[in-house]
Amino acid sequence: MDIDRYERLWIMLSAAVLLSLFLALVYSVYALDIRLVDDAGQVDPATAAQTPPFDEPGVYQEGPGRYRVVMVARAWSFQPAEVRVPAGSDVTFQVTSLDVIHGFRVPYTTINQMLIPGQVSEFRFRFAEPGEHYLFCHEYCGVGHHTMQGRIVVETAATGAR
Amino acid sequence: MRRLQPEPAEPAGGPGAELYAQDRGHIQAFIYISFILLAVGGVYGTLQALDKAQVDLYPYLPGFLSLYYTGLTFHGVALALLFTGTFIIGFLSLAIVHGLKRPLADRGLAWATLTVAVAGVLAMVVPIFRNQATVLFTFYAPLKAHPGFYAGLVLVALATWMAALNAWQTWRTWKQDHPGERTPLMALAALATWAMWFLASLGLATALLVYLLPWSLGERETVNHLLTRALFWFTGHPLVYFWLLPAYLSWYTMLPAQIGGRLFSESLARLVFLLFVVLAVPTGLHHMYTDPGVEHSSKVVHGVMTYAVIFPSLVTAFTVVASVEEGARRRGGRGYVGWLLALPWLSDPSVAGQLLAMLIFATGGITGLINSSLNMNLVVHNTMWVVGHLHTQVAAAVTLTFMAVSYWLVPLLRGRPLWGRRWAVVQVWSWFFGSAIMARGMHWMGLASAPRRTYMSFAPYYGAFAEWNWAGIMTASGGVILFFAGALFFMIMARTALGKPNPAEAPQSVPEAGPLHDPPPTPRWLDRITPWFVLGAALAAIAWGWPLVRIATRYAEMPGFQLW
Repeated sequence: MDIDRYERLWIMLSAAVLLSLFLALVYSVYALDIRLVDDAGQVDPATAAQTPPFDEPGVYQEGPGRYRVVMVARAWSFQPAEVRVPAGSDVTFQVTSLDVIHGFRVPYTTINQMLIPGQVSEFRFRFAEPGEHYLFCHEYCGVGHHTMQGRIVVETAATGAR
Repeated sequence: MRRLQPEPAEPAGGPGAELYAQDRGHIQAFIYISFILLAVGGVYGTLQALDKAQVDLYPYLPGFLSLYYTGLTFHGVALALLFTGTFIIGFLSLAIVHGLKRPLADRGLAWATLTVAVAGVLAMVVPIFRNQATVLFTFYAPLKAHPGFYAGLVLVALATWMAALNAWQTWRTWKQDHPGERTPLMALAALATWAMWFLASLGLATALLVYLLPWSLGERETVNHLLTRALFWFTGHPLVYFWLLPAYLSWYTMLPAQIGGRLFSESLARLVFLLFVVLAVPTGLHHMYTDPGVEHSSKVVHGVMTYAVIFPSLVTAFTVVASVEEGARRRGGRGYVGWLLALPWLSDPSVAGQLLAMLIFATGGITGLINSSLNMNLVVHNTMWVVGHLHTQVAAAVTLTFMAVSYWLVPLLRGRPLWGRRWAVVQVWSWFFGSAIMARGMHWMGLASAPRRTYMSFAPYYGAFAEWNWAGIMTASGGVILFFAGALFFMIMARTALGKPNPAEAPQSVPEAGPLHDPPPTPRWLDRITPWFVLGAALAAIAWGWPLVRIATRYAEMPGFQLW
């Protein structure tokens, strides 16, 4: 096969770029321990609303500066619709959907997850600064999709948690 | 227009009349059907772009047509699935006919393909407009559509397989008549596209036939919604390559001839198309990075494979640009960069359109790399950014190339000269600017966290994000430019197709670029498809087997919901 000199150079450069991307990916996974959401448990969607922890959605303090938010999504609301945590908290979210596929997005953060009925989505985020965040569904879930929203209120640490 | 034939042993038949006579009818039918779908889907696209700036024109439409998510479903189905599918069937059929210099093997099968495709299109479109299938083009269960929606998609997929079969039979008879000869590149590219698509479409076919269709018919109570979602992406990502490879086919095998040049490296062109057969399918899980229930390791494997499939596109960037440069230099272009000025940017709409499509396509390649990165994906997943990326690829790169191709294809098959060449130049430039501006607005909105597939005019949180409004205005402006560019396209096509027959003034043949190195030293292993297909199937089985089995055997099923 006859390959032009410059073309050969280009191919080698392309391969080098892709190889470095590949190595960066391997590095981020194995050295930096970046993990994508995985299996965080299953729950029968038909009975999830009666199954712990989803029978009592809410905000639970787990330790100093550590909170767990248990939440259920259904068309077209999140429950609880408002979450209050003090600034500087490490928050673990545990969310599931009771009906169709929904999304869970808090703008300008890395909170960006799918909610699949039957699956538990579990993810963590540290809310460093006080302020108010919207949270909304980002997967089409029927005609009310654009109204499906909630709030995360990060209070100044002194006020404390609810 | 200058034509260079690599192998004069078999004349194309000068005036293409005889060569295309058998197949011009059904090919044109596919092209015109695709135009109708593009027109209606495009109007909805404009309405959606305006909605991003909270300009809501939907209420002015009658009945169910005025529903945002019904329009959004039609937009996605009509453009991503049906316009592309029907245009590609027509265009690849022509590439086979011209590439092998013989009519399609089975004329009856070709017309049957058209019948099945039309039935499929109607079966999908009618329930959508009756508001019985408002599930968007991804139709994620447990949202449950009217059975006609799923049955129609089965028929459309079947039509693509019938067209592939016809191409395959034509190739087989050609090989019997030409023992030991190299398959011409144009035909090999079309056949490789069909092979890639056949492998890719197995996921969608399984989702529809085994799960969704029986479920919507009531034969099945529940469906494993994570499984059908994964099967959708088995097909859904390589679907993009199914749109793209016909554009590549034009860029590699036709465009250089339109410029007056030759193909820089035929061997690498073959390698590129065959690599897509191997690498296209084991990639789809990068659409599910944020899905619970799909394990991390499978996602990493698909992330790596998505980087790998960029390789053939990087090779394309060199080979196609080198071919274009060679043509430009033969037209008198000089200098390291100055040769660009020798290209017919303002005189040949077909050439200009394809060059502009390539420019936008390059940006989409880079945003695609971002989407497929494990961690950067968290910033952009399901935001308007992804919509921007998709539109650079399908609305700009693919659609603009198909429009540019139509500027010679419709005149050729209709035997009439192109009406309004100057207007066509205006059309491709305005489509280019419109899609560039719209996509830029969408990317911006996405980086500001705006969700995709959302009726912004009524989103209660829209007002809290000042950036969305500016980015939305940019998106809407691009959408309006695209509306006028689209209207101009259909006017040019209608006046061309309905003009006075004048075969002498019309193009006589499909443009076909000869190789720069003649005879091209193409090795045998670049003239076969089956071994590459087997390799692709094996890779698909490795990358998809475990996650699919795992999802199929472990997880809960759901009844259906109609939330519209």
